[in-house]
Amino acid sequence: MWFPRLASDRSLRARPAEGPFALALTQENAERIHCLSAKAERLGLQRGMTMADARAYCPDLVSRPADLPGDSRFLAMLARWATRYCPWVGLDGADGLVLDVTGATHLAGGESALLADMRQRLARAGLSVRLGLADSRGAAWALAHWAEGIAPKGHVRDVLAPLPVAALRLDAPVCDALRRLGLQTVGALMATPRAPLARRFGPALMQRLDQALGDLPEAISPQAEAPHYGIRLTLPEPIGRTEDVMAGTARLLDRLCARLKAQDSGARVLELTLRRVDQASQTVELRLAGPMRDPARILPLFRRGIEAADAGFGIDQLRLEATLAEPLPPEQITRAGPARQGAALDDLITRIGTRIGLENVQRFLPADSHIPERSFLIAPAAFSRPEGAWVSPRPRPLRLFAPEPVTATAPGPQPPRQFRWRRMALATARATGPERITPEWWLEDAAWHSGLRDYWRIDTRQGRALWMFHTPQAPGWFVQGEFA
Amino acid sequence: MTAPPALRPGRVHEVGGPAAWAFAAVQAAQGRGPVLWLREAWLAEMPNPAGLAGFFDPARLLLAQTRNQTDTLAVAEEALRDGTVPFVVIDITQPLGLTEGRRLQLAARDGQATGLCLIPEGAGSNAAETRWLASPLYDPAPPSGGADSTLMRWELKKNKSGTSGLWDVRWDAATHRLDVVSPPGERPQPAGPPG
Repeated sequence: MWFPRLASDRSLRARPAEGPFALALTQENAERIHCLSAKAERLGLQRGMTMADARAYCPDLVSRPADLPGDSRFLAMLARWATRYCPWVGLDGADGLVLDVTGATHLAGGESALLADMRQRLARAGLSVRLGLADSRGAAWALAHWAEGIAPKGHVRDVLAPLPVAALRLDAPVCDALRRLGLQTVGALMATPRAPLARRFGPALMQRLDQALGDLPEAISPQAEAPHYGIRLTLPEPIGRTEDVMAGTARLLDRLCARLKAQDSGARVLELTLRRVDQASQTVELRLAGPMRDPARILPLFRRGIEAADAGFGIDQLRLEATLAEPLPPEQITRAGPARQGAALDDLITRIGTRIGLENVQRFLPADSHIPERSFLIAPAAFSRPEGAWVSPRPRPLRLFAPEPVTATAPGPQPPRQFRWRRMALATARATGPERITPEWWLEDAAWHSGLRDYWRIDTRQGRALWMFHTPQAPGWFVQGEFA
Repeated sequence: MTAPPALRPGRVHEVGGPAAWAFAAVQAAQGRGPVLWLREAWLAEMPNPAGLAGFFDPARLLLAQTRNQTDTLAVAEEALRDGTVPFVVIDITQPLGLTEGRRLQLAARDGQATGLCLIPEGAGSNAAETRWLASPLYDPAPPSGGADSTLMRWELKKNKSGTSGLWDVRWDAATHRLDVVSPPGERPQPAGPPG
């Protein structure tokens, strides 16, 4: 199954356009045509042509930027759709599907009926497709790309013989070399002795030929279906009490956790959708501090969200989905170890997180910088592990704040004897320093525009020990921290 | 000299004064396990992990940033009742009523965790087990000759199950120990030059 115009068909399905149409993609320093419609092809445009040339040929060309990830998602969707014909569906390059319909054709009423059905359904969806059916994957590919149709059983050689050598999925240089030798068609290649060809072109050519003729097996790797963690419970009578909703959630959780356990994974984000009788629905989102699949531990975490939900005239459908799941391999059961302690802490972080937001429970991680406010990182505790060593060559203050200017009696590079800070008159008893810290010029930081800083620890006669700095390039004294 | 009494577990205590953070850090250093520090996100003053490292390993610290005091108290109650975190520091910005203070006490009793409220001046609650006033002192003769004196005066102003008192203490960062220092009048003066 080959979709020669997958990308442009997809774009036209979303937003139809009159006239010739092309998708542009920046390749080799120029905007080039990535994919184009049949109408544009008839006007003489081709793939790989620069958009400037194409517009010169065809002034009324409609173009849009190409979306490669979107195209591959679309192809995966088509692969899922194709499982309606047979269970064994694999992707073939960026614009093809390969189906192993062995034993499944009678369900559609024969091979030609199967192809007709495919063609009709895809045409209705607005996709142009070319189909080939043969005994081997290679032959089917050749038919799809070069001569649409069905190769009758046992007559693959006859069907392939008139096709050009490119039908064997060969690289362009190999095709050129074969053509230069006078081997234009597959039939000519089959008639040539194998050994000299293998010596000249390597084993890949013969392997491709054998695969097309069915002498060598070729596997189709079907796409594994991603596990789906969504479960629904529909009730004959609406419910409204918190306990009832909790009981319903417990049932759903049991089933969901069994499914998670079978996949060795744990839920990280859970979404409980409560649909009311009047069709309105509410979502309770639960973000967990760690992957989890123990229903008894998850259920109490839902209570707060369920209590806050408005039942209205009653709830008649519950749907629970693990929107984010992470691998969670089973662990050895110990009586009381660090693992147990960590699980309890994760539960607490989750519970706090439902109130203030999971990203507001944080921890400090050391960072590699001399700038005081950049010497640590603040990371959400649920998504980080404590790590790294805290080393500071000089004592650092216990609390840190944005620099606050002081009014000093005698400004200068030496610490002031007397100064006022936060409406307190303070007198310096001992000054330890200076420690010069220069700004990190490779980072833009408005706070460090006043240039380098000389940090001092000032012990005042009043008792408070302050972390002050002087900016020689823009004279002034500031307090940035306190040692208590 | 007797050492200042340790904070009773399963209760909520209060500390005020300019050296309240150092008091909290010393208390955290004397326990084990994680420390939860609750603060409102808008507050300008931030705990500095490099400074805390002189007291305890900052990897033990969890920081919860809340929107307002209501959230702070709710999270504090949750954490104290859970008991997984043995030491919870609560940065209070507005005076606590008796109800809130009592609820925190009950939560701490259930979870056997210790709570410590950092209170602004005069914002204590009557429900607190102890109330301390910590203020830094100028240390004319620090033991290591300079840079890292942490001399403080801890005043126990209210104690529901004991007497009040006053201690001058100094945190020894090298040995992670709290040294009690004699009051100023009785302190040995640095000896004059011989001869």
